[in-house]
Amino acid sequence: MPKLNVNGQLRDVDAESDTPLLWVLREQLGMTGTKYGCGVAQCGACSVHINGEVRRSCSVPLASLAEADRVVTIEGLSKNRSHPVQLAWGQVDVPQCGYCQSGQLMAAAALLAKNPQPSDADIDAAMTNICRCGTYQRIRAAVHVAAAIGRPAKS
Amino acid sequence: MSSHTFDVTRRDFLVQGAAGGALVLGWSASAPAQAAAAGTEINLWVVVQPDERCVVRIARSEMGQGTLTGLAQLVAEELECDWALVGTEQVSPHANHAAQRAWGEMGTGGSRGIRTSHDTVRRGGAAARMLLLQAAANEWKVPVAELRVDSGVITHAASGRRTTYGQMAPAAAKLPAPDAKSIVLKNPKTWKVAGQPKKRLDTADKLDGSKVYAIDVRLPDQLYAAIKACPVWGGKLVAYEAIAISGRRGVKAVVRVNERTVAVVADTWWRAKTALEALPVTWDDGEAAGVDSAGIRRRLEEGLGADNAFADRSEGDALGAIAGAARKVEAVYATPFLAHATMEPMNCTARITADKAECWVATQNGEAAHAALAESSGLPLAACEVHRLDLGGGFGRRGGLQDYVRQAVAIAKNFPGTPVQMIWSREEDQAQDSYRPVSMCKLTGGLDAQGRLVGLHVRVSGQSINAYVAPQAAQGGKDRRQLQGFWKEPGDAQLGYTVPNLLVEYAMRNTHVPVGPWRGVNTNQNGVYMECFIDELARAAGADPLAFRRQLMSNHPKHLAVLNAAADKAGWGTPLPAGRHRGIAQFMGYGSYSAAVAEVSVSQGGELKVHRMVLALDCGHAVNPEQIAAQVEGSVAYGLSAALYGEISITKGRASELNFHTYPVLRLAEMPKVETVIVPTYDFWGGVGEPTICVVTPSVLNAVHAAIGRPVRSLPLKHVKLV
Repeated sequence: MPKLNVNGQLRDVDAESDTPLLWVLREQLGMTGTKYGCGVAQCGACSVHINGEVRRSCSVPLASLAEADRVVTIEGLSKNRSHPVQLAWGQVDVPQCGYCQSGQLMAAAALLAKNPQPSDADIDAAMTNICRCGTYQRIRAAVHVAAAIGRPAKS
Repeated sequence: MSSHTFDVTRRDFLVQGAAGGALVLGWSASAPAQAAAAGTEINLWVVVQPDERCVVRIARSEMGQGTLTGLAQLVAEELECDWALVGTEQVSPHANHAAQRAWGEMGTGGSRGIRTSHDTVRRGGAAARMLLLQAAANEWKVPVAELRVDSGVITHAASGRRTTYGQMAPAAAKLPAPDAKSIVLKNPKTWKVAGQPKKRLDTADKLDGSKVYAIDVRLPDQLYAAIKACPVWGGKLVAYEAIAISGRRGVKAVVRVNERTVAVVADTWWRAKTALEALPVTWDDGEAAGVDSAGIRRRLEEGLGADNAFADRSEGDALGAIAGAARKVEAVYATPFLAHATMEPMNCTARITADKAECWVATQNGEAAHAALAESSGLPLAACEVHRLDLGGGFGRRGGLQDYVRQAVAIAKNFPGTPVQMIWSREEDQAQDSYRPVSMCKLTGGLDAQGRLVGLHVRVSGQSINAYVAPQAAQGGKDRRQLQGFWKEPGDAQLGYTVPNLLVEYAMRNTHVPVGPWRGVNTNQNGVYMECFIDELARAAGADPLAFRRQLMSNHPKHLAVLNAAADKAGWGTPLPAGRHRGIAQFMGYGSYSAAVAEVSVSQGGELKVHRMVLALDCGHAVNPEQIAAQVEGSVAYGLSAALYGEISITKGRASELNFHTYPVLRLAEMPKVETVIVPTYDFWGGVGEPTICVVTPSVLNAVHAAIGRPVRSLPLKHVKLV
């Protein structure tokens, strides 16, 4: 049975090899924070980190992942919502319906990990996930707030 | 940050007042399993807990628009409790039914969440405060008028005594409800909690993935269903070859859901979805299989010139005035079908037994879901329970229709006692929407020698929402709703211009495509028609678009004040950077007045960029200015998505754009800087979620007109060459 490293834990996965990571997370591992939006890597609601890179998990088949690959989901982004993006999102009151925000937060966290002080243009280029409620202006503001809060303390 | 949402799974409580007496109800909040919150119900709207937390009951749906927080603010304002200790819990449709609708209407659409329930919930908060104070007065044997309350702390100055809501709650709950006539609500100008830019109460669990949406519901032994209806509306399911997928892992059954729909049930949704894709299905596409967008357009064009149409407004002699005018201006506008594309696709989980039906669903209308559950299960309402979950987007799609509830029940009936979660794929969601209807509009105006508008003829031709969802309101083609925003009477969607000779008509031209309300409904199209044409008239008259509007608006001071507020904030008439152009618009819908100024540029390559948008809104009372601003920003994103890209085109009788690569929507890089100006006049209660969308597109199109020197009259802009 294949194993997957999710949020620092090795988990057994009993699923067909073509099952997308999104559905492995949601239906095999019981982690529903990562959302289904389009299934074709367009909307980004399913964004997770794989080895530190933001990826759209609806289009990552289980077979493409090895035990050594580190998957981090919204549930594993921090303890107690303490990652700077989570703090900033709360301060700016970003979410409306909230459905896309797991993916937005993962995308923002990945951006800040590589570029701790992004410009508006950097944010425009990196934050490509869809939000139908239209929280984009607040997302942009919150990424700057998160940058000011700084990198998370190593846990 | 702490969560202020207290989740109550199940408890019994006493409802007072509804029918005069008291009755015991089963209460079920649609929240993940947690320990029931202990507390004392003071009345329908307020539960006080021993630790001083106050739980406000919410009957309306939360889909991101912030109604939950706004309603809680209104209750807390009158209750005089500590806002930091306020939480919320949902009223279930089942409980509301059992209590003879004691909590009133639950439908959440038409921007009604607050504007049609503010009085009820404020009175609930005030009555609870009166009971809590009376309990203290009784205990201390002093007149209630000598008591003061601040943030849930009751004091008696003369004796120095002090108590709290938490301590008084049990005694207060035993008192009779105060006489309705004795309840005096606060003057909104004295508000301390309402009217303030409070943060939302429902943010925390949206930050770590722990919020449970309907699609995240997990029940013991749950199965999953993927579903497909005939892609041509009106077509039928003929046959399917279940044998072809019978050996697939996890697959439990293929279900004929109804005469046009098939589903595959499996132990996971992914297995159900992939099996459904592999299932050979034969459809009878039916009569509409040959219909396409070009044919629909011809039908609408015929309506524009047809002899017969429903004249909602006929004042003076518009046709005569235009014929005799010094100058005649004419234009034809067109707007397409649109999908809602909520981020959370339609879904519903149902569990049906011989004597009980339950569903877990995101709905804008809990009572409609309850009715759909009863009807499709064949069980009485009292045996049906709807567990409401906050919506991953609504925008009108999750209103009265509740088609997904009926489907889920039809599937779950095949598995008595076993919950089945039915989820639409994004493609199914796009293919089986109730779309924003297609429409066209021909406008003809007459200007006199001084450039004044002496006559205006508006002819809307298009599909009627009422004809699809409420045919009694569209009999004989007399559907006023399609002319929303052109209406004469004040208060809801009144045209803000006075034209001496005015004819406003609607030619109903229906199609086989299902239609329904879409954020802003008909105002989002009629606003484009009217406001872009007013700009064309202004240009023909050689007038500034703002000045031209103003001289038509002297009888409409609220419309005018909002227009002026937007123009002032945007610096209308002041110089802009090279290449930038402004456009302006004003319109009314949902009881509120809106105006916008857009700043755009069009590159030499024809690329449009919207740089800045200033929107002004008079919604009467502003319950939470920060959430109003969020809704205005949202209306810009939703409106620009439609203006730039939005189109469901019909090919061979079906929707063509089935996912975000063919149905693009606005992304962050395209979001302009949005500035919101709230100009509350404190003399009415208007809506917030929808009103401003009706000025987003016309202000942008008018700015584009200024930039390229010619009008854009057909949407979306992706089809229009701007150079």
